[in-house]
Amino acid sequence: MREPSRTRESASVKATPLERAPAPLRDAVRWYRTMVLARRFEEEAERAFRRGKIGGYLHVYSGQEAVAAGWLAELRSDDIFFTAYRDHAHALFRGSSPDAVMAELFGKATGVARGKGGSMHLFDVARGFYGGYGIVGGHLPLATGAAYALRYSGTDRVCLCFLGDGAMNTGALHEAVNLAGVWGRDGLCPIVYIVENNQYGMGTSVERSSAVTGLAARFAAYAIEHERADGMDFLEMRAVAARVITQVRAAGRPYAVEVLTSRFAGHGAADLFQPYRSKEEVAKAKGRDPIALLEQRLREAGLLSEADAKRIHDDAARVVQDAARFAEESPEPTPDALLTDIHGLP
Amino acid sequence: MAELTYRDALRTTLIEEMDRDPAVLLMGEDIGVYQGTFRVTADLLDRYGPRRVIDTPISELGFVGAAVGMAMLGLRPVVEVMTWNFSLLAMDQIVNNAAKVRYFSGGQVDVPLVIRGPNGAGVQLSAQHSQSLEATYGHFPGLFVAAPATPAEARGLLRTAIRGKDPVIFLENAALYGMKGEVPDGDFAIPFGQADIARAGKDVTIIAYSRMLQVALAAADRVAGEGIDAEVINLRTLRPLDLRTVAASVQRTHRAVVVQEQWRLFGAAAEIAASIYEQAFDALDAPVERVTGADVPMPYARNLELLAVPHEEDIVRAVKKTLNRE
Repeated sequence: MREPSRTRESASVKATPLERAPAPLRDAVRWYRTMVLARRFEEEAERAFRRGKIGGYLHVYSGQEAVAAGWLAELRSDDIFFTAYRDHAHALFRGSSPDAVMAELFGKATGVARGKGGSMHLFDVARGFYGGYGIVGGHLPLATGAAYALRYSGTDRVCLCFLGDGAMNTGALHEAVNLAGVWGRDGLCPIVYIVENNQYGMGTSVERSSAVTGLAARFAAYAIEHERADGMDFLEMRAVAARVITQVRAAGRPYAVEVLTSRFAGHGAADLFQPYRSKEEVAKAKGRDPIALLEQRLREAGLLSEADAKRIHDDAARVVQDAARFAEESPEPTPDALLTDIHGLP
Repeated sequence: MAELTYRDALRTTLIEEMDRDPAVLLMGEDIGVYQGTFRVTADLLDRYGPRRVIDTPISELGFVGAAVGMAMLGLRPVVEVMTWNFSLLAMDQIVNNAAKVRYFSGGQVDVPLVIRGPNGAGVQLSAQHSQSLEATYGHFPGLFVAAPATPAEARGLLRTAIRGKDPVIFLENAALYGMKGEVPDGDFAIPFGQADIARAGKDVTIIAYSRMLQVALAAADRVAGEGIDAEVINLRTLRPLDLRTVAASVQRTHRAVVVQEQWRLFGAAAEIAASIYEQAFDALDAPVERVTGADVPMPYARNLELLAVPHEEDIVRAVKKTLNRE
């Protein structure tokens, strides 16, 4: 399934001038297709988890698709990004093969990290995806240093750092964004912190965990320009992304966007009963499904027929079934893989 | 060959490597304008400018983690921790990111990162500033741990660390910065995992590293006066650990004394002693002796502090014990 990479390339080669937002519907059908794929992929992963094919933890992205899709649609092919452990869709949106992503979840040698990372540690460095990380907030310093490295090396590449609302209360965040604020003064930190505020750090709400619940505003303490945005509407998200990325690329200064979004599933596959929120709350959130919203916009614009939509859903179902089959039939890592990739040596 | 202090061996190696490779940069607290707490980076800000000699906030977690990210992108950061005690604030970055990201990415990134600074006790710095953390970091696969004991090793091991592809825990020692010694010129480098026989002998093997090497050599001189011919092995790196040289020596001498400044429980000496039992059990004529620091937080009072760290006499006593000459 090479669709997302095609999509991205076409999006990325066009530089977006600051004063001109992207044509709102450019490539949107392709991104709709990719978002549908991500949703079907997560559903398939949940089934495979219940069948015991996927071990460990499984955190699915359903409900938040418009966030990563909106940002990655505007990311240039030589740009880079980091995220936390809810990372499957990020890989798919960036063009990683669904087969290799699913194989990673299955712990197979054909996985994106050769079966050594699993769900929380997807990587595709050739595509600028520097990883999924499992310690909340722990990847923020990495992404900040990586952004410095991009400027130090004399490029105009940028770094996106996705994080959850839970990371906002870690020391790692505050130390990292302070460095970004300092380095940004000299134009040496082209990074966007994208706070995917799905309102719960595992089962503890932002309300219950944060003294200041306006998360974007907290970046003011580090002289980082910031805003809040709707993360359920792909087109709006993408417009914000285009504007912010252009600015960050030009100025080399950090920027933070708090994106309001919803996770439709539990925190992880084991979070079945979700005692921290009501069924009504979840149902209400699902009323603004980012895929349905984009579909509606595309239908209104006459860019997508009912038949097109059905075909896209059917194609996605087939792709994820193929991915699951590929993962199932792939070999496990050979025993000698246990002791490789520990050191690079000289 | 030139005579240099341990400090200048480090400093000149940094200069040589920065001149050679623009990807090498320095970060740390007060390494620039202040000239470095121990002056290892003196004058380097003027020489290379603020992009390459980065004065950081007091923010170990942040800047060590940032250096990991820089290394993943192909730079070669050399990070100074003012003392290794402060690295505990960055431990998640070192352990969960630097050491493991190559592995859990399936080998997609290199992490050519050096973290350097003084390890171990100083003089009356008390409990929070006197720890020896080599066993702590030696525990984690993915890290290398180097502990140079001489100016030549300071240069040779630092060069290997900077030119490698992996995170290196580079343990200096404040008491050694002023030590002078002959340092080879040019591209001199010491590979990791090659212990040095600092003194050849036939009666007992004393194993040490970092500052304890000097103490062990003094002890060896002292017992020589009593007719005991001690061999002294300088490990140089704890990970990788050159057990081959250690075991071969014990095969010859049949006795071993392992010296460490750190606490006894779960320390480097325990690992080394266990390895000697595994690899040279039949050769041993006596149990392996361990000489270690006292099992207490470091006290401030000078007399108590002196009781808490190993001395020449402690090593002499242990050597004699292995020879039944107490």
